[in-house]
Amino acid sequence: MKKLVIRNIDQGALMKLNKILKNTFLVLFACLVLSACATSKKSTGQMQGDVYTGTDTVEYLASGVPDRVFFATNESVLTTASRETLRKQAAWLRKNSDITIVLEGHADERGTREYNLALGERRANAAKDYLMTYGISSNRISVLSYGKERPVDSGSNPLAWSKNRRSVTVKAN
Amino acid sequence: MKNLIILFLILIVPTNALGLIEVDITRGNLNPLPIAVSPLSIDDESKKSFEKTLKKKDIGSEISKVIEKNLKTSGLFNPLDKNAFLQAPDIAHLKPRFEDWNLIKAQALITGKVKNVDDKLRVEFRLWDVLAGKEMMALAFTTVPNNWRRVGHIITDKVYERLTGEKGYFDTRIIYVAEDGPKTKRIKKLAIMDQDGANNKFLTLGNELVLTPRFNPTSQMVTYLSYFRNLPRVYLLDIETGIQEVVGDFPGMTFAPRFSPDGKKIIMSFAKDGNSDIYTMDLENRIVEKITNHPSIDTSPSYSPDGKFICFNSDRSGYQQIYVMKSDGSNVKRISFGNGLYGTPVWSPRGDLIAFTKLHKGKFYIGVMRTDGSGERLLTENFYQEAPSWSPNGRVLIFYRETKTDDKGEGFSAKLWSIDLTGYNERLVGTPTDASDPSWSSLLSN
Repeated sequence: MKKLVIRNIDQGALMKLNKILKNTFLVLFACLVLSACATSKKSTGQMQGDVYTGTDTVEYLASGVPDRVFFATNESVLTTASRETLRKQAAWLRKNSDITIVLEGHADERGTREYNLALGERRANAAKDYLMTYGISSNRISVLSYGKERPVDSGSNPLAWSKNRRSVTVKAN
Repeated sequence: MKNLIILFLILIVPTNALGLIEVDITRGNLNPLPIAVSPLSIDDESKKSFEKTLKKKDIGSEISKVIEKNLKTSGLFNPLDKNAFLQAPDIAHLKPRFEDWNLIKAQALITGKVKNVDDKLRVEFRLWDVLAGKEMMALAFTTVPNNWRRVGHIITDKVYERLTGEKGYFDTRIIYVAEDGPKTKRIKKLAIMDQDGANNKFLTLGNELVLTPRFNPTSQMVTYLSYFRNLPRVYLLDIETGIQEVVGDFPGMTFAPRFSPDGKKIIMSFAKDGNSDIYTMDLENRIVEKITNHPSIDTSPSYSPDGKFICFNSDRSGYQQIYVMKSDGSNVKRISFGNGLYGTPVWSPRGDLIAFTKLHKGKFYIGVMRTDGSGERLLTENFYQEAPSWSPNGRVLIFYRETKTDDKGEGFSAKLWSIDLTGYNERLVGTPTDASDPSWSSLLSN
């Protein structure tokens, strides 16, 4: 849990603090900040509409290249943030032309299983189409829908659902 | 499977249907019929031999327990407490003293006799109308001893049919997905069990994700979705031999499979380039036909029992709704117009209704509507539930329900539930593990 939240903290600020307060109080202070962040973000900061905007659960394909994009309920439209993420992925893929990828499409638990399988496929393809417009050949991309079968967050709340509505780019080789 | 089906049915006494007691099936469980199920009598010699082979002390009484549980679960009957029975089982079977049964308010009485005949199990039973003082039916079966639970189910079916005027649904099985493990890494296996939860058996090991198993009309084959080698495809499984094969050669995910009512085709969705359409594949000549052709998601197809129509789920209006079309894909008509989203339409085996899942204002409902979309009735509301499947007589729906997790993401469970078409008699269907995606078989003995 802590690991997740730490990535939310401004790394620069943390370094500065570290220099100023090289004592045990820092630990206490950081803990307070962290818990404040965790509680406040649950209610507001991490969603726009119902699209997840947080970066804390993102694994990185490479430094500065997030692996996933998030969707609104029942939607497969890419948000501005998603397009930015995918452009970074495309740039990285252009530089690493031997890499092939699987786009894994997911839905939240608030839909029927079969429809969600189709929706996951549609979301992964939205990401695929965008990568292709940035010059990534379709034969480097395969698509796999998990529907609602593989959530990252097992919570039953709007924030958890927003994290689960996603397309994740996974290296295939 | 074959040796299970060999059951000999002998009619001892032809019964004529006079206006005796009747159970009104359309009214739910407000007034379940008081019925006495006398333990089936058994002679000492047979008792000993069956105790050896079946490891059951008194197989007669075990069979009557199966019947009792079935009757109670149906919600239409109220099996009375055996401790109140005055007459001994063997004598009651010959000639019930109706005053005694009347005294404990029984309106109907089931009696019977079990005997070992050449190492076969011979069971006869009689159904009596206590008020009229008359025998309503009498039947006998001979079968292999291992079939004793099925004998109980078949007797229940006969009693149910005699008293309600409709076929029963007790000698049936449920195929479903057994679930285990954390929500984020669920392990899923195909499992099969008797309708009452007995004889549970796992059919896959859980190495790959499996979803949505459905029986063919003879209940010997199952079609389902498997993620074998991370390629989600529709498969076909022969339950008896265990042989599995991929259905068709599609360059992408196939899902949401069901059999046609004649069992000759599989209808399913095929997803490509972000678009899911409905296809059929003929299992004999392998010919694939595209049934819908629309840039929206078309899925969850289900045939009408005469095979002439297909209901399905589409978001072509912008959101998930239920549509009906001819089986060649022509004449597509939207039938769901209520508030909310509609999914998983399933055509009733009686042909008159379509069961569905509905999502409205954050709640999930199981409901039914007529095939033109009129007469929508919601039977049950919950945090999450979906995927109804009909009992073969079209009177009961089985579906699965998931619980809400707490803030830590804990407390998740998935269970099977059943509910009558009347909206009464909601019941948890016991499974050894968590469970989802149930599919009800046809009547095994017909």
